[in-house]
Amino acid sequence: MAIVSARGLSKSYWVADKQPGFAGTMRHFLRRRSKELAAVRQVSFSIEPGEVVGFLGPNGAGKTTTLKMLTGLIHPTAGSLQVAGHLPSRRQRAFLESITLVMGQKQQLIWDLPPLDSLRVNAAIYGIDDYEARRRIAELAEMLELEDELTRPVRKLSLGQRMKAELLAALLHRPQLLFLDEPTLGLDVNAQARVRAFLADYNRRTGATVLLTSHYMADITALCDRVLLIHEGRLFYDGRLELLSERLAPWRQVRVELASPQPAAAFANFGEIESLEGSELRLLIPRQQLTASVSRLLAEHQVVDLEVSDPPIEELIGRLFRQGSLEEPGP
Amino acid sequence: MKIASGFFRFLLILRRFWGTALASQLEYQLNMLIELLAMLANLAGSLFLLSLFYRQGISLGGWSWSAAQVVLAAYTLLNGLTATLLQPNLSRIVTHVQQGSLDFVLLKPIDSQFWLSLRTISPAGFPEIATGLVWMFYAAHQAGAPLRVAAIAITLLLLASGALILYSLWFVLATTTIWFVKTWNATEVLRAALVAGRYPINAYPPALRTLFTLVLPVAFLTTVPAEALLGRLDWPWALASLGAASGCLALSRCFWLYAIRFYTSASS
Repeated sequence: MAIVSARGLSKSYWVADKQPGFAGTMRHFLRRRSKELAAVRQVSFSIEPGEVVGFLGPNGAGKTTTLKMLTGLIHPTAGSLQVAGHLPSRRQRAFLESITLVMGQKQQLIWDLPPLDSLRVNAAIYGIDDYEARRRIAELAEMLELEDELTRPVRKLSLGQRMKAELLAALLHRPQLLFLDEPTLGLDVNAQARVRAFLADYNRRTGATVLLTSHYMADITALCDRVLLIHEGRLFYDGRLELLSERLAPWRQVRVELASPQPAAAFANFGEIESLEGSELRLLIPRQQLTASVSRLLAEHQVVDLEVSDPPIEELIGRLFRQGSLEEPGP
Repeated sequence: MKIASGFFRFLLILRRFWGTALASQLEYQLNMLIELLAMLANLAGSLFLLSLFYRQGISLGGWSWSAAQVVLAAYTLLNGLTATLLQPNLSRIVTHVQQGSLDFVLLKPIDSQFWLSLRTISPAGFPEIATGLVWMFYAAHQAGAPLRVAAIAITLLLLASGALILYSLWFVLATTTIWFVKTWNATEVLRAALVAGRYPINAYPPALRTLFTLVLPVAFLTTVPAEALLGRLDWPWALASLGAASGCLALSRCFWLYAIRFYTSASS
């Protein structure tokens, strides 16, 4: 049974349409004009218990909106949604007790007090008794490598320590479903790695399902076997991370060092020539022709060195988001 | 049994809420001291103003000096309650909506209206509550009221009813932030209207009296409980107060449940 199942999920907002300048402001004040903006359109997917799924997409793609619908914070405009056996927007107690949401930009810990005070408030809200709360805090603090940070005012903690304390607060009630929205935002490389290691460990130990959005590809590659790529509100890809690179780049790059310079025409039927400078040749060869092309190349030409490489996934997705379009990219 | 355990859970949560709220404020001692001083100055000011009326021989709607003081004391008590609970909690709703931290409230398995209404407490209003209570009984005694247990019980009930009316209207106004994001001015208007409750409702011209009874129920906040303590309350007024309180509370509840369907959560 899927723990998350979304069918045709859509959300649109009415947003103010305001021209700049004083005249625009006056016009907007007198007569509000707004237009409908589709943030999420017809998104369908399902997630099995225990999966760690990465949610990818550029800013404004609809990731956070989707996450907020899954947690019941906002009501979908259309589509059906079931999370942990409940309709999220009804926000029933049993549903809220089985999920958690961690947001890199927002914090729930009380700013002026040590995290322990916030944790005790959360324990009371979730009906966890003192003994059990202490046990869980000790266990999670050990996993997160938090010690005396728990008795220091939150405002005195570093961003990394604060994020770890936020995670502790979000996991105290042992949710089976974790929604993480940019959990490593703004953290330095070490702190990011620690948060990542913790999440992987937590998923292994508890079998909790994790749905994660991040701008850092490293988070996704380290944690997620499966990714959902969303762009302009639509689900563009749902599947294994490795296969995504094939979809985004259905070709591979082959760098060849020739014994002597050759004319470009000699390589025209091997693939697309990316560059040819003297005896340095770079080819883009479709994946399915790779073996045949490379063996023919070795047989027909004097090759000193040859290297086949896959463009890094970060680069592919980065390029994709910069281009801002999702037409099949290719050579 | 279930109701009892639910009630104890709420009490425990409240203890944690208020414990952390007080601890947070104790981090800033100077700020607390200033709030206390401001409260005392405010109290002295209103007493002085009222005494001026009577020194000039002006009677407020036929109320004696001592009887009018009962109203002023009830106002002080309510104002203390406002400073202790309503103001600190309800003004935060705007911030929660603007910054999107309402997310965390909505994600907790707890009634969100309960959380938003009682999450924090400010000791700034404690002295006013204490002063108001003592002063009310003292002034009623001076005015020659017999102060029977039943009258005291009804007075406390009507004060609670008045407080609920004020709370509900304030909560409804604060809830509109979900659509308008900034509604701070609207709640200021409500607070200003409460000031009208300093004086017996009969002291106002008939038009204002109607306004303060039917539109802004100021009469129920202070005059009605004061009359109960002075032992001259008509039953219809008491029932109207209780009815208004139940109605306003139900309105705030329905309105809140309706409003959160439109919450879009500040984007991140």
